[in-house]
Amino acid sequence: MTALEVQNLSVDYAQAHGRPFRAVHNLSFSLEAGRTLALVGESGSGKSSVLKALSRLVRPAEGRILLGGRDDVRGREYRRAVQMVFQDPFASLNPSHTIDHHLRRPLLATGRARRGAPADQAVTELLGQVNLTPAADVARKRPHELSGGQRQRVAIARALAPQPDVLLADEPVSMLDVSIRLEILNLLDRLKRERDLALLYVTHDLATARHFSSEIMVMYRGEVVERGPSDEVILAPKHPYTQLLAAAAPSTGATREQVREGRRVRQAARAQRDAERREIVVGDGCRFRPRCPFAMDSCVRRPPEAQVGPAAGGGSGHGALCWLYAEGAGKAPAATVPQQKPAP
Amino acid sequence: MTTADITSAAGPAELPPGPSGGPAVRLASAWRTVRRSRRLSIGLALIALFVLLGVVGPFFAGDPNGFSMDLAQPPSGSHWLGTTQTGQDVFDQLMVSTRLSLVIGVAAALLATAISVVIGIGGGFLGGWSDETLSLLSNVFLVIPGLPLVIVISSYSRGGSLTATILVIAITSWAASARVLRAQTLSLRTRDYVLAARLYGEKRWRIVLVEILPNEAAIIVSQFIFAVIFAILTQAGLAFLGLQNPSDLTWGNMLYFAQNAEALSSGSWWWFVPPGLCIAVFGAAMSLISFGLDEVLDPKLRVYRPGRQKRSRRQPDRQHPDRQHPDQQQPIQGEEAAR
Amino acid sequence: MNAPATGLTGPAEPAAGPRDVVLRARDIRVEYDGERPTRAVRGVSFELRRGEVLGIAGESGCGKSTLAYALTRMLKAPARMTGGSLTFRTREGEELDLLSLDDEELRTFRWTRLSMVFQSAMNALNPVTTIGRQFGDIFRAHRPDMGKDERLSRTRALLEMVGIDAGRTSSYPHELSGGMRQRVVIAMALALEPEVVIMDEPTTALDVVVQREILDEVERLREELGFSVIFITHDLGLLLEISDRLAVMYAGEIIEYAPAEELATRAAHPYTQGLLRSFPDLTGVRRELRGIPGSPPDLRAEPPGCAFADRCEHAFDPCRSSAPRLLDLGRPGGPWTAACHLNDPGHRSAAGAPTTEGRQS
Repeated sequence: MTALEVQNLSVDYAQAHGRPFRAVHNLSFSLEAGRTLALVGESGSGKSSVLKALSRLVRPAEGRILLGGRDDVRGREYRRAVQMVFQDPFASLNPSHTIDHHLRRPLLATGRARRGAPADQAVTELLGQVNLTPAADVARKRPHELSGGQRQRVAIARALAPQPDVLLADEPVSMLDVSIRLEILNLLDRLKRERDLALLYVTHDLATARHFSSEIMVMYRGEVVERGPSDEVILAPKHPYTQLLAAAAPSTGATREQVREGRRVRQAARAQRDAERREIVVGDGCRFRPRCPFAMDSCVRRPPEAQVGPAAGGGSGHGALCWLYAEGAGKAPAATVPQQKPAP
Repeated sequence: MTTADITSAAGPAELPPGPSGGPAVRLASAWRTVRRSRRLSIGLALIALFVLLGVVGPFFAGDPNGFSMDLAQPPSGSHWLGTTQTGQDVFDQLMVSTRLSLVIGVAAALLATAISVVIGIGGGFLGGWSDETLSLLSNVFLVIPGLPLVIVISSYSRGGSLTATILVIAITSWAASARVLRAQTLSLRTRDYVLAARLYGEKRWRIVLVEILPNEAAIIVSQFIFAVIFAILTQAGLAFLGLQNPSDLTWGNMLYFAQNAEALSSGSWWWFVPPGLCIAVFGAAMSLISFGLDEVLDPKLRVYRPGRQKRSRRQPDRQHPDRQHPDQQQPIQGEEAAR
Repeated sequence: MNAPATGLTGPAEPAAGPRDVVLRARDIRVEYDGERPTRAVRGVSFELRRGEVLGIAGESGCGKSTLAYALTRMLKAPARMTGGSLTFRTREGEELDLLSLDDEELRTFRWTRLSMVFQSAMNALNPVTTIGRQFGDIFRAHRPDMGKDERLSRTRALLEMVGIDAGRTSSYPHELSGGMRQRVVIAMALALEPEVVIMDEPTTALDVVVQREILDEVERLREELGFSVIFITHDLGLLLEISDRLAVMYAGEIIEYAPAEELATRAAHPYTQGLLRSFPDLTGVRRELRGIPGSPPDLRAEPPGCAFADRCEHAFDPCRSSAPRLLDLGRPGGPWTAACHLNDPGHRSAAGAPTTEGRQS
């Protein structure tokens, strides 16, 4: 079931002079109940603008956001249905209030529990769901008395309090220690299954995106340059940018020779495109062109969204926004950027 | 999806111990907090003394305006602080003046703080046109030269009531704090926890009062403290210039009378030193409270003092290199560990 | 307390030229003064060889950054070094006791012999002067006999070296991207050809692709110029790839020290194993993923046993009562030590448990 559908979303920011800056350009996707969609991108790719638009913190310049098939959902109802987990657990909890306050307020404000005993019970249940026990002790504490992982659990519990259909997770683990990241991700994964949530997992980490989502969208400068089933996008990336991202991730099992070889190829590719030295403004064409090792003449025009893999059931298949895969284009490069070692 | 899921066992052992409990515990912990800072305890003790004098003093003091035959007597057993040229008891006058000075100071500061909270936080949170308008208003009040304005208004309402004095001081002193609060609110309202409250549909007034205001409490308190100092000094200045109703006895009025009677040249130090000292000590005590609160509330300023000897030994080699200096980007300067 | 690590002075690797030790740290201890002092670094010993990359991995609060500051003698109060020794062996074969240097000696020592790159270093560039001038200041301070033209040409060469156009000497920091600024800082750290560069999370604030480019650059420069690197980060995956040797820190101590290449598959300490299980491999098969439950211990406390015992799934009796020592595992491929009772023959029999080897999933 489609919980949230985004059609041709564009987000603009006013600039001091000149045209507004377009942070998100013509983005369409849908979030399905019980499934995770990962939105992968680096800083400046526009992924936080997508989140702001989805959480109605900014008004989109163009496009529609349909909740349960309707785009005329009133504020109150929308807020109840779409909740967000923020990146920084140290900033997302109010230092002057107890944990209890953080959970009780959304319950009361959205009418999910009545004042008094029902709310007490709901708070206890929420804390139990995110494995913060004994609930009574935790509820009394203030944020500074909790560790980063515990705070993030509280933030998740707060987002669950209005019983949302859609959960937006904005880099939920990037500020946490490595050893507790997976607990939080596993927790989100479990809650998604138990509550049939539609989860949008925004991250810059390809590896967790692959492991925790069924589909991946890769964003670059406001556009989705590649999307598809997560294994296909990561193991057989088609867009040069995705290939670059995949090549940049460390490979734990590689031998010294493989590492050295990988470095040599990367540096050759880098010399070829020489990114930092000709950071040119792109008009209508492909935005990755200045950094792309395969840039060609046709790239000055807007690239088409090409189908690069079979349209598997459920998703819309594997697609890339690139001239290399346009109909009638020359042979696509077979991943010139070296792939990581094969799976053992 | 993940091949396997581990439900993490976040047991009670994971939770660090923290304080919790009822009002009695809170009171005890507040007391401990106060005692952590010597400045805070000294400041609070001095202010408590002033309040005690102001509240209780006048009941024991004789008539401050009652004349006696002891003219311009130095301090003695019958007149602890001596007498004025017209034979009034300075100690009695000081008791009564303390009460009125404190009332004016606190009332004007309360009013000024209230205005600055409403205008600063309101503008900062609402943004847009309301913010522009309120900012303009506080900017106008900021650039109006305060003292001349006070003088003009006071001379207009010369002999005017106490309320007029309080109003005048409040109106000329709120603008700077409003700007500080506005800036702080602008920063707080984009904090994630405020966004989260907006996301679950919290009402605006609740966001301001419950989510934002408590986090500005420290600023508001410190601004209130300085507003009290400012109000008392302003009132004293006005009274000294003769712009206050001379029948309202305040520290400033006492100085005014002393000045008029040429107490300085006649050597009647007991007449002008006590009110002057009161003003100075009161201001210092309030400042001590403010600094002390910063110290106990801001963990970064909470320095542990290992002991006098160690500190003084380490002090000289402590360098605070200018961070802007290019050398500092790299490990040139800095402080090495004491061995 | 840990006995000083044994076996660290193993035989030099064959056919690798004279890989002598350039920096030797012995039993470094750092405390933060407080009502209850925080013992942030608790007896850390290691040796850094010429030309090698030593990775130091650990999570927030494990003392790795404090250690970095201690190594450069840049600790600021309330932190202070309470014990240990630091010996630096220069190219010329002279032994320097870093702890006995006075301010002036320290000033010349830093940058010419040893330099540092911090995570936020790119924000420490002076915003009001050009990149070129900032390089000029370094040379003026440390190479007073250098002429103006020479300074400029050296600056241009350094910028080219880290992959930045030499014309950027006249740029102001704000005209460069974060990645470029971090490259500039790295170029500055290398300006006086130091023998050791300490990098504390140098790329953490940057995007993955930029991070990778900078790391490749550092690696290339290291092969070219032959300096040693101490690379400190929480990203174990990254360290496994770029370092020669790897020290894993937990609660202020090094709990495992091993050749990086083999650590991924044969980690001996349960904490290292846990860390390795904590991040998924990008292209590897999907496997069971889990972190390490619990939180690191309070460093103000003095637990009698192993600091990791509360979070360790293999913990047994001795772990609560006696602190494990760093023991040489006697594995081939260089010194490999771990501080875990499971690897201690004396305790292993008592536990009746298999060694941790082979427990990897």
